Amino acid sequence: MQRMSREAIAQRVAQDIPEGAYVNLGIGAPTKVADFLPPDREIFLHSENGILGMGPAPMAGQEDWDLINAGKQPVTLLTGGCFFHHGDSFTMMRGGHIDICVLGAFQVSVHGDLANWHTGAADAVPAVGGAMDLAIGAKRVFVMMDLFTKSGESKLVQRCTYPLTGIACVSRIYSDVGVFDVGPGGASVVELVPGLSREELARLTGVAFVPEPVAA
Amino acid sequence: MIDKSVTSAMEAIADLQDGAAIMISGFGDAGAPAELIQAVVDHGATNLTVISNNAGSGEIGIAALIKAGRVRKVVCSFPRMAASHHFEQRYRSGELELELVPQGNLAARIQAAGSGLGAIYTPTGFGTLLAQGKETRNIDGRDYVLEYPIHADFALIKAERGDRWGNLVYRKAARNFGPIMAMAAKCTVAQVGHMVPLGEIDPETVVTPGIFVKRVVQIGAAPVVVAAA
Repeated sequence: MQRMSREAIAQRVAQDIPEGAYVNLGIGAPTKVADFLPPDREIFLHSENGILGMGPAPMAGQEDWDLINAGKQPVTLLTGGCFFHHGDSFTMMRGGHIDICVLGAFQVSVHGDLANWHTGAADAVPAVGGAMDLAIGAKRVFVMMDLFTKSGESKLVQRCTYPLTGIACVSRIYSDVGVFDVGPGGASVVELVPGLSREELARLTGVAFVPEPVAA
Repeated sequence: MIDKSVTSAMEAIADLQDGAAIMISGFGDAGAPAELIQAVVDHGATNLTVISNNAGSGEIGIAALIKAGRVRKVVCSFPRMAASHHFEQRYRSGELELELVPQGNLAARIQAAGSGLGAIYTPTGFGTLLAQGKETRNIDGRDYVLEYPIHADFALIKAERGDRWGNLVYRKAARNFGPIMAMAAKCTVAQVGHMVPLGEIDPETVVTPGIFVKRVVQIGAAPVVVAAA
């Protein structure tokens, strides 16, 4: 099978973000989605630390350390963008005002449970940031991840074994081997990379997929 | 005449007591009141509870306070950062208690304190480790966790400009926790880049009204020169 690169996955996610959407991109790989947003669409990027209309990284030498993203890297503000305090920022997130957020994950269950903040290792210093607010607050939560760990275990699971970030919150997974919907009815295949059959996918993941819902 | 301006960071926090709870604004270094925190280090108050988004990194700010052994407990959302070694060392040795709070719940609990609310029901964290043992309630089909306000004795915040009545405006994403922490503490101290005359800040753009601010200290910038009328 032909696995998709991180960039190709980011590009695939970007295709599904419509004009006018208010979008939060999680730290790490989801940040790459910004590089592939079509220039002919106006899309509002939100950053949890109080920015709407976040623009790309500044040119070298132009960094302003009062203008950073959630990963604490310097960014810019688009014309028309604005700043607000943390209360308002999380009101946007928790209050259902953000249309789409894109997050990374350790595990996602077929019912959309998300585990992305803690590996459960006893000696880890726990840190959660805005992950739990984003997971349950956005209208749609997209997860962007490789479908398998380095040792080949499926990250799409029947039931998460890592500590949960949110329950039944993920709507879609964009992975290196395909796109999947998850939710109350279970996991279904939206598309697969060439060379991967549904049978092989079921074998590799150990997950029972349900037929995709028929469009009304 | 009411004049909330003070001449030094040390004067601004002089009445800080051992055992105090202190809110400290900032998201990473953006909006962190480094000079006020340094004054707390120099002041010597100990057994402090620090409420902030992060738990310090490098050698200054909250990291310096932790390094000096003044902090008993940290309430924050994200203590694990590059160079957060002072936090990590004290946390692992058991000298430092951590209350980990999802970032939006941290903001909402601070706002609840400032707004005089007794508690809030939040959907964030429901069904996770961070809600274990907490009261929950299903309201209109959705599950919520009961969370209590976070109050503080002091809020140390950073703003771009302030006047002698305590009105403040901020700079870019350095605003973050400043406005909500200002409302939640008994004594809010703002360090500002520029102390400006009353009326200089457009009343339509005041972000923190002076009622929430007790003291203002200008740090590291010359006063704004206003042309004579």
